[in-house]
Amino acid sequence: MATELGPTPVKKPASGGTELHHAPKGVGEDNAIASQGKWASWLLAPAIIALAVVIVYPIISAIVMSFQADAGLDPATGLFAEGGPAGITNYVNWIAQQCASPGGGTVACPPGTLGSQFWSATATTFFFTIVTVALETVLGFWMAIIMARTFKGRSLVRAAVLVPWAIPTAVTAKLWLFIFAFEGIANKLFNTSILWTGSEWPAKWAVIIADVWKTTPFMALLILAGLQMIPAEVYEAAKVDGATAWQRFRMITLPLVKPALMVAILFRTLDALRMFDLPYILTGGSNNTTTLSILVISQIRQGFNVAAALSTITFIIIFLVAFIFVRFLGANVVEQQTGASKGKK
Amino acid sequence: MKTRKYLLPVAAAGVLALSLSACGGGGGGSSSTGGGDAAANLDGRGPITYVQGKDNSNVVRPLIDKWNAAHPNEKVTFKEQTDQADQQHDDLVQHFQAKDTNYDVVSVDVVWTAEFAAKGWLQPLKDKMALDTAGMLKPTLDAASYKGTLYAAPESSDGGILYYRKDLVPTPPKTWDEMMSMCSIAKTNNIGCYSGQFSKYEGLTVNASEAINSAGGSVLDKDGKPSLNTDAAKAGLANLAKAYADGNIPKEAITYKEEESRQAFQDGKLLFLRNWPYVYNLAVTEGSSKVKDVLGMTALPGKSGPGASSLGGHSAGMSVYSKNKATALDFLKFLTTEETQKFFATQGSLAPVLTKLYDDQALVAKLPYLPVLKTSIENAVPRPVTPFYPAVTKAIQDNAYSAIKGEKAVDAALSDMQKSIETQSK
Amino acid sequence: MTAAATELRAQQDQGRKTAQNREKLAQGRTYISALVVLIWCLAPAYWMVVTAFREVGFTYDTSILPTHVTLDNFQTAFDTSFGNHFGQALLNSVFIGGVVTVVSLLIGVFAAYALARLNFRFKYLVLGFILGASMFPGVALITPLFQLFTNIGWMGTYQALIIPNISFVLPLTVYTMTSFFREMPWELEESARVDGCTQGQAFRKVIMPLAAPAIFTTAILAFISSWNEFLIASQLSSDRTQPVTVAIASFAGAQPNQIPYTAIMAAGTIVTIPLVILVLVFQRKIVAGLTAGAVK
Repeated sequence: MATELGPTPVKKPASGGTELHHAPKGVGEDNAIASQGKWASWLLAPAIIALAVVIVYPIISAIVMSFQADAGLDPATGLFAEGGPAGITNYVNWIAQQCASPGGGTVACPPGTLGSQFWSATATTFFFTIVTVALETVLGFWMAIIMARTFKGRSLVRAAVLVPWAIPTAVTAKLWLFIFAFEGIANKLFNTSILWTGSEWPAKWAVIIADVWKTTPFMALLILAGLQMIPAEVYEAAKVDGATAWQRFRMITLPLVKPALMVAILFRTLDALRMFDLPYILTGGSNNTTTLSILVISQIRQGFNVAAALSTITFIIIFLVAFIFVRFLGANVVEQQTGASKGKK
Repeated sequence: MKTRKYLLPVAAAGVLALSLSACGGGGGGSSSTGGGDAAANLDGRGPITYVQGKDNSNVVRPLIDKWNAAHPNEKVTFKEQTDQADQQHDDLVQHFQAKDTNYDVVSVDVVWTAEFAAKGWLQPLKDKMALDTAGMLKPTLDAASYKGTLYAAPESSDGGILYYRKDLVPTPPKTWDEMMSMCSIAKTNNIGCYSGQFSKYEGLTVNASEAINSAGGSVLDKDGKPSLNTDAAKAGLANLAKAYADGNIPKEAITYKEEESRQAFQDGKLLFLRNWPYVYNLAVTEGSSKVKDVLGMTALPGKSGPGASSLGGHSAGMSVYSKNKATALDFLKFLTTEETQKFFATQGSLAPVLTKLYDDQALVAKLPYLPVLKTSIENAVPRPVTPFYPAVTKAIQDNAYSAIKGEKAVDAALSDMQKSIETQSK
Repeated sequence: MTAAATELRAQQDQGRKTAQNREKLAQGRTYISALVVLIWCLAPAYWMVVTAFREVGFTYDTSILPTHVTLDNFQTAFDTSFGNHFGQALLNSVFIGGVVTVVSLLIGVFAAYALARLNFRFKYLVLGFILGASMFPGVALITPLFQLFTNIGWMGTYQALIIPNISFVLPLTVYTMTSFFREMPWELEESARVDGCTQGQAFRKVIMPLAAPAIFTTAILAFISSWNEFLIASQLSSDRTQPVTVAIASFAGAQPNQIPYTAIMAAGTIVTIPLVILVLVFQRKIVAGLTAGAVK
């Protein structure tokens, strides 16, 4: 799911003719706000309500559930009995990896329990996120630079780049699973006999390769759009001044593309932190490719409430990453816009 | 700061939402438990519904037509579920939780029986509701029982078969050690020796339990407590780990599920293959198969005789919420009659639950693997019967996988398995 | 002509030649890079198509060119006798995607208009809320939704898939449309109002027609996003309501345990082709839509 996180709130609209700050000041202003506000609330209400119902309700209910214990067996009857309040034990199960001990109390979750996988799943999720986003940024930049050049067949390349993006991820995963089969084309082509889904690093790389294939085009297009905003004269001037290609890239391209790039990286990062379909279908989460999302799904059938605790933790992790990013990103945007923003704030 | 302006509202919205939902009450809560009244409606008669997964080979419909013709006042309606086990399971859970009176008779996978029984959703088949189980294969009854009570009628069965290359193996091995000693044949022919399904998924639970059971161990004891810290269990899992380390199990087998292993065998790359009966038809008919004329079948190898297969298949359970339990019981009996079972076997290639059918000459002519399957199922052990099956199978898979790959000592893997199951079945 | 002049011309020619050579070299490098990009993007997709046309008995044939060509797999893909409902799933995906697109656009366009054009208190709160909504991981929703839908008997219904999907797509439409709206020539609206239109009329008669291409682009993006959704659908759908992504991921073969890769690839090809056509036809618009949020 590609979500647009335009830096709308921190920037001024391009055509600000009717923005309030430019509206005629004085007498009518308060009335204008009031009437526009009324309008706005009508226009926004459906969106807010829709999101509240589908997002806020489940989040709250997940938090409530996460403090309930799952049903357990009544040793006398062998039947399940209501779990009751759990305090923070569901969270302890994940974060401290403490499972209920058969004799009462808790023990460290032994390997083979989902609880024991929390930190490794977190590490895997971050590993995937960092590696895929880094590769996608570098490759995406390279592809964007090529697509920005003029040459015959450029539109063909731009169209081809959209193909991996248009294939549904579930299909992509099946396709790569087939490619990476032991008897598959990947091993044949490179004359290797790698067990792509059978050991840790090949499995991780299989996921990374598939993800990079699928989403680099998206990154490339975002960067391309940024590149096209740079006037050609700037490059010409730099060339005349004798700047090398690398210098031009570092001094002109990079800084000018940066705002667009940072937004692209932000929402790729958030997407990568939620990675689910690709490893789920490709490796089933084995060989240390279990991401946090896969862990939640595995837990659902073992107990709703413990799963709810993990989904809450996952949400908090993503929220924190987004927070750090937006601060970092926001600061940069402000820096870029100092001139324009002056006096507005 | 602009950023703060940007983020503060998010937090505020969160707080607002929190306070809103506080009024909404705990929508979550835990799943309803307790079950219905197992003593009610025992004499109820009338129309009922039979719920089962996708009827792939079209056996259920004709069967129900036949029943309906004979019972015009107690007609059965067929509710067909999806092909996916998880989806079937969830669909049943939802209807049971809703105390749906329309799910009268449901087909349950052997690994769900204990969970549904412990949730109080299945009618115990005892006393007035007792079922005549004479002539049924004992392992299929064990799989349908929880804490000593039968909760479902065995409907179909399934067991593992050892396929081998007749052209290379003169006499099929009876024990694991014998089979391993024949691996030199594979070596001289430059092919892999043995494979089952060792990818980390349900199939690994099947294969690992088979190894443990065949060596005389067991995953759970009679009370449903794990019993993995035993010499027998160690010997069983060590067999797999050693074979993998030796290369008798080829290294790519760690990625095999049923299909990949079948493919490797059909391509002539394996001497022995443990798989389900479905392989037989494909291996002798598929165009690219290189083993068409040299396909041999025998029981799984054990310690000193046939090994213990893991049991597959389905049972038919009766919902405690059913209003017409007398009719439902009659229908369960109907599903287990010799005639029905024969029909299942001929029409749907489903392994029967009645012992005598395995010696039926007409059936054997059609399904040549039946005699082998009989040995397999007679010696079969149900996969762990526990209401916590998802957690138990996960514990087995994770640890067996590490042990086979040699990442963890067999002792340690088994003791982790033991501990995992202990902490999660409470 | 003097010697000096000749020499100068020779030098100039030389200079032009090296410049031309350098140009040619750069062009050559561009073409090679473009070729690499083409292969990287298309080779796996090519393999999907080749496999889709291969006989099932030769699934693992690794010849690069098509061999054992057959159309059977496409028939198998639609065959329901193994418990697959690919045809049904296609309709489901179209239906779910359609409803999600229409509803989220309807809601999203209004919201985007307000955000782009109006001034009101709590604007940042609303923006922040929508931004926050797009950050929610799907798995955080799935547990409570699973429980909720189970309790109210919605499991396996279309609304159980449509409603969560709207929440994923809505922030996307709001953001893209807001960016588009900011680019619109609002002077026209002003003049319409001078001519006596109310704000509502001005919006309907002047702005909506202008915004149509943007809305259409957003619709495509919303549809693709919903078409590709897997997580929610994999947990909350039944065989009656499951979309193609789930259907393909769980494709069953003629025999239990059989994974019919060739039919899966055929199904994958069928699912992908309309999207690829859509994407190719509206390439420019989609790129504009995708990048709208990022560059402004």
